[in-house]
Amino acid sequence: MSVVDRQEWDVVVVGAGGAGLRAAIEARERGARTAVICKSLFGKAHTVMAEGGIAAAMANVNSGDNWQVHFRDTMRGGKFLNQWRMAELHAQEAPQRVWELETWGALFDRTKDGRIAQRNFGGHEYPRLAHVGDRTGLELIRTLQQKIVSLQQEDFRETGDYESRLKVFQECTVTRVLKEEGRVCGVFAYERESGRFFVLEAPAVVIATGGIGKSFKVTSNSWEYTGDGHALALLAGAPLLNMEFVQFHPTGMVWPPSVKGILVTESVRGDGGVLRNSDGKRFMFDYIPDVFKDKYAETEEEGDRWYDDPDHNRRPPELLPRDEVARAINAEVKEGRGSPHGGVFLDVSTRMPAEVIKRRLPSMYHQFKELADVDITAEAMEVGPTCHYVMGGVAVESDTAAARGVPGLFAAGEVAGGMHGSNRLGGNSLSDLLVFGRRAGWHAAEYAAGLAGARPVVDDVQIDSAAAEALRPFSAEAETEEPAGGPPENPYTLHQELQQTMNDLVGIIRRAPEMEQALEKLAELRLRARRAGVEGHRQFNPGWHLALDLRNMLLVSECVARAALERTESRGGHTREDHPGMDRAWRRINLLCALTDPTGGLAATDPVRGQIALTRETTEPVRADLLALFDKEELVKYLSEEELYE
Amino acid sequence: MSGYTAHFKVWRGDVSGGGLKDFEVEVNDGEVVLDIIHRLQATQAPDLAVRWNCKAGKCGSCSAEINGRPRLMCMTRMSVFGREETITVTPLRAFPVVRDLVTDVGFNYTKAREVPAFVPPAGVAPGEYRMMQEDVDRSQEFRKCIECFLCQDTCHVVRDHEENKQAFAGPRFLMRVAELDMHPLDAAAEAGLDRKTTAQDEHGLGYCNITKCCTEVCPEGIKITDNALIPLKERAVDRKYDPLVWLGSKIRRRSSAG
Repeated sequence: MSVVDRQEWDVVVVGAGGAGLRAAIEARERGARTAVICKSLFGKAHTVMAEGGIAAAMANVNSGDNWQVHFRDTMRGGKFLNQWRMAELHAQEAPQRVWELETWGALFDRTKDGRIAQRNFGGHEYPRLAHVGDRTGLELIRTLQQKIVSLQQEDFRETGDYESRLKVFQECTVTRVLKEEGRVCGVFAYERESGRFFVLEAPAVVIATGGIGKSFKVTSNSWEYTGDGHALALLAGAPLLNMEFVQFHPTGMVWPPSVKGILVTESVRGDGGVLRNSDGKRFMFDYIPDVFKDKYAETEEEGDRWYDDPDHNRRPPELLPRDEVARAINAEVKEGRGSPHGGVFLDVSTRMPAEVIKRRLPSMYHQFKELADVDITAEAMEVGPTCHYVMGGVAVESDTAAARGVPGLFAAGEVAGGMHGSNRLGGNSLSDLLVFGRRAGWHAAEYAAGLAGARPVVDDVQIDSAAAEALRPFSAEAETEEPAGGPPENPYTLHQELQQTMNDLVGIIRRAPEMEQALEKLAELRLRARRAGVEGHRQFNPGWHLALDLRNMLLVSECVARAALERTESRGGHTREDHPGMDRAWRRINLLCALTDPTGGLAATDPVRGQIALTRETTEPVRADLLALFDKEELVKYLSEEELYE
Repeated sequence: MSGYTAHFKVWRGDVSGGGLKDFEVEVNDGEVVLDIIHRLQATQAPDLAVRWNCKAGKCGSCSAEINGRPRLMCMTRMSVFGREETITVTPLRAFPVVRDLVTDVGFNYTKAREVPAFVPPAGVAPGEYRMMQEDVDRSQEFRKCIECFLCQDTCHVVRDHEENKQAFAGPRFLMRVAELDMHPLDAAAEAGLDRKTTAQDEHGLGYCNITKCCTEVCPEGIKITDNALIPLKERAVDRKYDPLVWLGSKIRRRSSAG
């Protein structure tokens, strides 16, 4: 009975941000006919919001830099929970990925001798971030977009059709990854504009959908960040890894309310900006944790000297990794030393001349001027933590980006877990997108080619049930009698309640009773979400789209809450008030989330059992030559006794 | 400081037609027009169609016409209007309506494909590109473009003359040609592609009569007319009337893929 349009491709990439586009370029260049599906217009993905830069040890500014130093910084930033093989590949390959962008037309800011300039950033030992002012993400997305267009121009010259080998399906949403006999066979999607359903049949699917920030009230993330890829992978049977680690960026705007959460780039601090409390004190000096004690300046004088003479001074503590700075700001505000609108002060106005600020931080200048009436060259900004990034994600094989347990499924970028451990360093996201986007595209293309002639087929039953699931919000409203359990629910209201719950109960500082309460609330919301009803028809109907996205947000929120409750320690983007210390025994433990019901059944009513089952897994020991990059005294802080003697 | 109720007129409809619909809606301190549109969605019109993403003027999705002027909804603060003023929000006029505030901007993607891509210089390996900051400043200015298409919407060459769309790339994509032409390492010329000539012959540079409407609406403050279009026109004219350049270009051309 299915009259759903079907098309055949070799590789389907879900998501058109940095990772998705890089994957698509790679797959197409390796001969796979590749389709990209994205929720927004082509070129609008959330990657455009990245401001600071791309971390890559090119050593253009400080010749002491190399991949080993970058690897070390990444592991420290992630508190040694990182999948070390991913961190190794990332540090080794990032320079090549940046240089390649130049051959596609990217124009980075330059050093005096004409090479790519690199700036300082939190947690990076040397100036390492390739950048374009504070709009690096835009440069990245535009360069990849234009590379895709140039490949399409090539195909047009050869075949007369721009889209014969590489096509972007923009403003479309994927609701299910389809499988046959355990293997991926395609995706089910709808066009946002018309509401029309379609199926792309393909043996390999790359998920590159980004993060989950829209489950939290205060976030720097756009509407697209509803955890779609995380949920698609879960529903397809792939486990998620370490979902308790959510990064709260220390500096989001706090006022006016309508822009609360919008990002203030870390470059402000990288270029010399300082944090002060209401007493005018640079409070970060009081918050240097033991593991970083010998690496950060102890006085303002030393910190200030570091900008000009980094070889003989230690860096200021404003440049600690993000989790440390976010917690410090949170503590200052809580103790009554916050700014008028509940943040702290971030000041560049007394640190740099106005014209330097406007040149180096143009979009920050613009953003504050336009949205908050604040001139950052003359006065301090008010900033506070905002939900920014999820370190957890689809558990993947480090080298191939293949999702564990589901042949044909790949994941790259924010949606993939492991690379950043418990906390991501600024600048490591854009490089992650490029390094693992490419690897995902490469291995997806190879996998698809290997199945030539023996591809799994999509059966009609799956399509019908995916269609029925997608249409349910309309029937909730259409039924004359009340649907079972109560009246129809407004999806916008449900979404607001979900965001409030996650923000208040599973936010930056966590406590066991609150997370238990969150799980109960999530169970209630799950039931109510089954009755989420919408008005109107299927043509560009945002209420309907939100009703469908709720399924995904509820799934990932439960993963975050459940894993956060389980991990009884504080590490990186997971802070437990009731377990404030980092516990070396937890370093080797990964928490995996899987669907409780392997048939994909949803909306379990029991808050204790819920939809998600957790398992613990002990990770492989870090390879000896990589461990040898660290001093023994440092390793003692992270590794347990038995690991040290192994 | 406190909230008030504003009068809004929002265009609702689709390809088959539509009209302005009145709304009374709450406005709070510091809000922008997009916040109000979202409040309408959440409380009065759940199926009101609107595009948006970043809410910070960086992605260029929420373009619309506010009181007739092309603007980003996320960067238009409510405080620029009087409390008694009726605020009218309509879709971009130069593009076909899909639904409510959403238009079909496919024209722009078609034009983007018609501009030949960056041509990497032969014999320069990745990592060996050397460019001076002052030589990339100008192209970097154009690469600030967030593709909101407000310039395309306001440009009267297409806004009032649908028939010109075939031959005219619009300010955004003429600026793209200028960006590549001013890129210090673009090797188009070596590959037989003269971007100045094609700007004139294939992308309709001649239609532009430098009224600067595009520059006026650019939310990024890019000086599209002064820094991209006029210099491109000057260079194109040099090509046309300098017989030596003309002859040289005829001899060197051809090797490009057709």
